Amino acid sequence: MRNEMSLEFSSISENEAFARVTVGSFITQMDPTMDELTEIKTVVSEAVTNSIIHGYNSDPGQKIVISCSISEDEIELTIKDDGIGIGDVEEARQPLYTSKPDLERSGMGFTIIENFMDTVEVISIPNKGTTVHMTKQLAKTKSVCK
Amino acid sequence: MGLQANFAVKEEVLIVRLSGELDHHEAEGLRDQWKETMYTNSVKHVILNLEDVSFMDSSGLGVVLGRYKEVLQLGGEMVVCSVSPPIKRLFEMSGLFKIVRLEENESFALMTLGVAS
Repeated sequence: MRNEMSLEFSSISENEAFARVTVGSFITQMDPTMDELTEIKTVVSEAVTNSIIHGYNSDPGQKIVISCSISEDEIELTIKDDGIGIGDVEEARQPLYTSKPDLERSGMGFTIIENFMDTVEVISIPNKGTTVHMTKQLAKTKSVCK
Repeated sequence: MGLQANFAVKEEVLIVRLSGELDHHEAEGLRDQWKETMYTNSVKHVILNLEDVSFMDSSGLGVVLGRYKEVLQLGGEMVVCSVSPPIKRLFEMSGLFKIVRLEENESFALMTLGVAS
């Protein structure tokens, strides 16, 4: 059965923990492994941080929306902002690339997202916003007693 | 949950012990505290103990990279110890173990820097 949720919150850094814990708690009903749970939480943290720092230039008065839907063993996760967008998505996805070197960023956000998810699609329109759409299949190692 | 940072100096080694969650929200505060401690004590090397860190993302890697560059300026070395499997994966993914040495625990890390614990 398909189960969905969505979440809208202010673009403040305190909400990074709120967002990852909330998504993590939603997917626990799929009985993920500890590794899978950590991966999803990390991905949420990376994408939300990108929206805050890059999409909104740390303006706290904006909104970020997360939608998550789960089925038997697949997670679909969308994280969306209405920020400044990414001029060159291919460049932004390169490991170690950062548009804000002065902020001591590692440039590893997208690389981590790509490593932890099965598919990652980035749709960005300058001055309209960025949507990161991702899917991940969980390992089917659990018993089938239902 | 937040992040707690504890700093200790042993000879010319600064030991940074973190516990909690290290994300973008916590990164800036940690950076300021860490920098200040590094420059108010005459230290050369840094040991970063991540034993009690339950969550870390690329913002945490950024802070570690930033301090690594400063340790390098001081002619010292940065050693990371007591790393959990998920954080170890992050470090591996970003190639950080090519520049930062990994040791099993704090006392062993101290020993490799010539300090008896």
